[in-house]
Amino acid sequence: MRLVILDDYELASEWAAKYIRNRIIQFQPSADRYFTLGLPTGSTPYGCYQKLIEYHRSGDISFKYVKTFNMDEYVGLPRAHSQSYHSYMWNNFFKHTDIDPANAHILDGNAADLEAECQAYEHKIAEAGGIELFVGGIGPDGHIAFNEPGSSLVSRTRVKTLAKDTIVANARFFSNDLSKVPTMALTVGVGTVMDAKEVMILITGAHKAFALYKAIEEGVNHMWTVSAFQQHPRTIFVCDEDATLELRVKTVKYFKGLMHVHNKLVDPVLSMKDQ
Amino acid sequence: MPSNKSVSDAPITQFINCRILKDHKLQREDLWVREGRILNPEKLFFDEQGYADKHVDCKGSIIAPGFIDVQINGGYGIDFSLVSEDISGGVSVVAKKILEHGVTSFCPTLVTSPAAVYHKVLPQVKVHNGGQHGAGVLGFHLEGPFISAEKKGAHPEQYLRTFQSGGVQDLMEVYGSLDNVTMVTLAPELANSQSVVRELCQRGITVSLGHSVANLSQAEEAVQHGASFITHLFNAMLPFHHRDPGIVGLLTSDQVPAGRTVYYGMIADGIHTNPAALRIAHRAHPSGLVLVTDAITAMGLPPGRHTLGQQVIEIQGLHAHVAGTKTLSGSIATMDMCVRHFKQASGCSVEEALEAASLHPAQLLGISHNKGKLDYGCDAVSVLDTSVLRSIYISGIYSASSSKSSL
Repeated sequence: MRLVILDDYELASEWAAKYIRNRIIQFQPSADRYFTLGLPTGSTPYGCYQKLIEYHRSGDISFKYVKTFNMDEYVGLPRAHSQSYHSYMWNNFFKHTDIDPANAHILDGNAADLEAECQAYEHKIAEAGGIELFVGGIGPDGHIAFNEPGSSLVSRTRVKTLAKDTIVANARFFSNDLSKVPTMALTVGVGTVMDAKEVMILITGAHKAFALYKAIEEGVNHMWTVSAFQQHPRTIFVCDEDATLELRVKTVKYFKGLMHVHNKLVDPVLSMKDQ
Repeated sequence: MPSNKSVSDAPITQFINCRILKDHKLQREDLWVREGRILNPEKLFFDEQGYADKHVDCKGSIIAPGFIDVQINGGYGIDFSLVSEDISGGVSVVAKKILEHGVTSFCPTLVTSPAAVYHKVLPQVKVHNGGQHGAGVLGFHLEGPFISAEKKGAHPEQYLRTFQSGGVQDLMEVYGSLDNVTMVTLAPELANSQSVVRELCQRGITVSLGHSVANLSQAEEAVQHGASFITHLFNAMLPFHHRDPGIVGLLTSDQVPAGRTVYYGMIADGIHTNPAALRIAHRAHPSGLVLVTDAITAMGLPPGRHTLGQQVIEIQGLHAHVAGTKTLSGSIATMDMCVRHFKQASGCSVEEALEAASLHPAQLLGISHNKGKLDYGCDAVSVLDTSVLRSIYISGIYSASSSKSSL
């Protein structure tokens, strides 16, 4: 794994956005060959999305030949609800870019047949040629997407009931009324994300530190599903100082010492204007 | 780049780099329009997988809902109260010209006139939507003849009327038909006015109090019967008195039925009302303030003598008087001038100033579900620059015009 440690949230967001930008531009996507990107939601990737929008506005990157697949969506929440992941993606990313709406895929939590919806989603990913780069986050309980503790590490896209921790954590988005928080979600499986050619996990903030420790310094364990990526050939964890607070000093020093190598991935930062 | 055509294959225009007046705030958001209606872009994206065919760069301009002028007597040489050979043509000329001031809907206003004029004029102009040809006509505003002789202002005395035959009968006799009528201004102290107010309200016609010497309780009674507007507050009514505030007292009356709002027109041209009085009214009842121009024939014309209804008036600068007197006979300020002056005199926010000319008149007339706002499904907008009223977008057609003053 690569553990990329930046000083703060802004720098971590920027590093991640630059990496995504470089990957897309290097890939040279076209109408015959789309770049498939897996995307997360939540407060962690917000800064990264802001930077990507900035790069798009300045003409350095286009999403015209990018296909996106979001990780998850609540079940039963109206799509127009301000807390739905559709709303999040529209307001914080899609509406500011030139992505073709037909290429922006998000699970439909209001589908009549949820299982069929999940299977169709796996199918769409396969049809698109698999995911080139899956960007994700980590929950305080170490989950990736909504693969709560106890999820199979080879799971596929399916319906999940949310853990109490997750519901409580989400209450702040629903006027702190627990009864209003959705209890189920559709989510890509751990196995689904493991199938991606490359995985980038964004982790910022002290409240995520323990989960990061469990994910990379302890064993692969289905109670901390992000730990599954120890067995992926290409994983990058991008974090800020605060997220490293529970790691061993040795681990942090080692990876900080590698920053000059990591930074070659984002420096020089490429632009569409040069092509 | 059209959508998957599941809903419509009409082209979609996206206005970018603009600030739109939405939910009472100016927000940095794009505006999406299709077939003259404002589109919900999120629905378009996910349901139709659609995106814009055309982008219009507003370069930082404000997009506000089109202004609605509920009191305008004419302009550019056209006098709505004068029977001419081509009445609807005259209305169309004004309708086209006022687009340049940001007005996208209006009520052509007729001052006190003989019955023959109403019978001739009213059937000639139907309620219709605006477009590139001009602002939409919402219906006539009939200001008089059932008004007070003492407060006739510039209205001709010989054509004033009372409800001597009981009320509704007088109404129909004078006006002929109420088909294209949206608002009637009357003096509630006239005997038998209550049944008239009720009848008009039942027909969906807004009743406005004005040109009147009513005291506060007479005015309140009229409101209880359904009256909801005050014609040019302060002008042509008794002045505010601390023991009987008269019609002005409606702004803070506790006799207004629950859930209803009394709106009041203000001519914010700096002449009809002292800015301090404008501020008092605004502070007392900000949500009821409706900007009106009360513009007359001479609006848009050079100084000199012109006709208004059955009388002659004289223009000097921004002032218009009944010829030979000091009686104000209407204003020649344009709506965008009124919006700017109101903002400057009251110190209110840009949003409030814009809403006084768009949302409030729409609420007054009960048309705010699709006018006066930039909500999804609404129609007709205008675009204002912070320094220049630059271009108008109305009902699907984007057109440019120019007039120079700053907001």
